[in-house]
Amino acid sequence: MSQHMIETEAAVQAAMKRQAEKSAVFLRQDRIFAGITFSFAALVLLVLFGILVSLMIQAWPAISEFGLSFFYSTTWSPSTGEFGAGIAIWGTLATSLIALLIGVPISFGIAMFLTESCPVWMRRPLGTAIELLAGVPSIIYGFWGLFIFAPLVQEYIQPWMISWLGDPFFAGPPLGLGVFTAGLVLALMIIPFIASVMRDVFETVPAVLKESAYGIGCTRWEVIRNIVLPYTRVGVIGGIMLGLGRALGETMAVTFVIGNANRFALNLFAPGNSIASTLANEFAEADATLHIPALFGLGLILFIITFVVLSASEWLIKQGERKAGGR
Amino acid sequence: MDARYQRRKFVNGLSTALSGLAVTIGVAGLVWILATLFIKGLPAMNWAFFTESTPAPGSEGGGMANAIVGSLLIVGLTTVVSTPIGILAGIYLAEFGDRSKVASVTRFVTDIMLSAPSIVIGLFVYALFVTTTKHFSGWTGSVALSLIAVPVVVRTTENMLKLVPGSLREAAFALGMPRWRVSLDVCLRAVQGGVITGVLLAVARIAGETAPLLFTALNNQFFTWNMNEPMANLPVTIFNFAMSPYENWQNLAWGASALIAILVLLLNVLARVVFQSRSKS
Repeated sequence: MSQHMIETEAAVQAAMKRQAEKSAVFLRQDRIFAGITFSFAALVLLVLFGILVSLMIQAWPAISEFGLSFFYSTTWSPSTGEFGAGIAIWGTLATSLIALLIGVPISFGIAMFLTESCPVWMRRPLGTAIELLAGVPSIIYGFWGLFIFAPLVQEYIQPWMISWLGDPFFAGPPLGLGVFTAGLVLALMIIPFIASVMRDVFETVPAVLKESAYGIGCTRWEVIRNIVLPYTRVGVIGGIMLGLGRALGETMAVTFVIGNANRFALNLFAPGNSIASTLANEFAEADATLHIPALFGLGLILFIITFVVLSASEWLIKQGERKAGGR
Repeated sequence: MDARYQRRKFVNGLSTALSGLAVTIGVAGLVWILATLFIKGLPAMNWAFFTESTPAPGSEGGGMANAIVGSLLIVGLTTVVSTPIGILAGIYLAEFGDRSKVASVTRFVTDIMLSAPSIVIGLFVYALFVTTTKHFSGWTGSVALSLIAVPVVVRTTENMLKLVPGSLREAAFALGMPRWRVSLDVCLRAVQGGVITGVLLAVARIAGETAPLLFTALNNQFFTWNMNEPMANLPVTIFNFAMSPYENWQNLAWGASALIAILVLLLNVLARVVFQSRSKS
C-alpha cells in the first residue's frame, strides 16, 4: 500500500517537473514572440523619426544657405539658384482652405442626411457610395479634373465669378487651371473623409437625448443644431482637421490642375504651385547642389504642418469618443 | 406664434433639402468620375493594351504591358512584406502592449502615418535608398508603398483583435496554451475575416498611389522583370502620359485609369463582402 503511494508521489512529482519545464519553454517562447511583435511596432515608430531626421539632413544645405528667408521668400527660381518656400506654402494653404470652405458644409449635409433624414434602406448603399469616393485613387481625380472638370470651370463658373466678385481674389482671365480649380477638386476628394467621421460621431449621440428633444416638439434641424452639434462638437472639429491634413498633403490631384507656375499672386484664378505639386514636377530634373535640398526643405515644411494638423485631429477625435463613452 | 411656427417649419425643410443636395453632389461626383472613366477608358482596352509595351512619343499603337507587370510586381511584393509586419505589430498593440506607453505612442503615430502625405514618404525612401545606391529601382518603390500599407494593416488588425471577447482568451489559457499560440491560433483566427479586409483595403490604397513612386521606382519605357532597375508602373505612366500632348498616350492613360479604378473599387467591395460574410458566421 505505502509502496504504491510512494510510486504515485514520484510519478506526480515527475509530471509536475515536466509541466514546469514545459511552462518555462512556453514562457521563453512568449518572450520571444512578444519581442518580435514589439520590434515591428517599434519599427513603425522609428520610421516617423527617420522621416523627420532624413528630411532635415537633406534639406540642411538649402536652409543654411538662405536662412530664415527660405520659409517666407516668394522667389523660387531654379535658373538663378534662389529658393524660397513662400509661393508653395501659399498655394498649399489656399487650395486647402478653399477645399474646406466648400467641403465642410457638403460633408455636414451628407452626415446629417445619413444619420437623421435618410430612410433606413437607403442608409447602407449611400454610405458605401460615399466611402467608395474615398477609395478612388487621387491620380484619377487629377486626370478627370484636368480634362473634364477644368474646362467646365473655365467656361461656366469663372466668368460668372469674375464679373460678380472680381478683385483681388477672382480676377480674369478665366484659365480653368489654377489655385481655385485645385481647391474644388480637393473639396470633392476630402468630402468622404470628413463626412464619414461626422457620421460616426453623430451616431454616438444617445438616442434618449434626441428623442427628448423631438418629444418637446423640436424640428429635425433644431435637434441637429441644439442637441447633436453641441454634443459632438469636438469630434466634428477633429474630422474637419483630418480633412485638412489630407488636403494639405494631396499631390496628384493638385499637380494636374493647379497650373504649375512659380509666380506669387493673390488672384485665385491664376496658376500657382503647392508644396506637393512643386515636388512632383521638379524633383526628377533637379540638380543636386541646391535645388534638391530646397525641395527637401519644402517636404520638411509640409511634413511638419501636416503632422501638427493630424495630431490635433487625432487628439480631438479621441476626446470626442471619450466623451461619448463616458456618459 | 403662427409666423414663428411657419419659420421653424421653413428652416427645417430648407435644411433637409440642402442635406439632400449635399448627398446628391457626393454621389454625382462618384458617378461622373466613373462614367468618364468608362466612356474614355474602355475603348482603349484592347488586346494590344495588355500585351504590348508603352509606345514611343507620338507613335501609334502600343499598350501598357510593361506598366501592368511592373505594378503587379511592386504591389505584390509590398503586400507580401507588409502583411506579416502589419499583423505582428497589430498583435503587439492589442495583445501585449495594451496599456503601455510605447503602445499608445505607436498607436498615435500609426494613425498619423495613415494620413501622412505620401509624397513625403517618397522623399524619405529616396533619401534613404536612392541616394545611397545611386539608382532608382522597383525595390525602393515597394519599400515606399510598404510604409503606406503597414499602418492600414496595423490599425485594422488591432481594432479587430480588440473585438475578441476576453473569455475566449481565458478559455485558451485555461487549457494551458502559451500566449503566442493564443494570439495566433485563437484570437487571430477568430478575426480572420477582418484582418483579410484590412489587407485588401491596404492593397486598394497602394494600387493607385503615385506620388511615392515618382522618386523611387521612377518609370521605364521597356518591359522588365528585374526589380533592381527603374520599373514602369501604372500610376506614374498615367501621370506622364496624361500630361503629354500626344493623343495616343492620353488614350492609353485613360485605359490605365479605368483599369486601376475598376481594380480598386472591386477590392473595396470585396473587402466589405469578406468582412460581412466572415463576421456573420
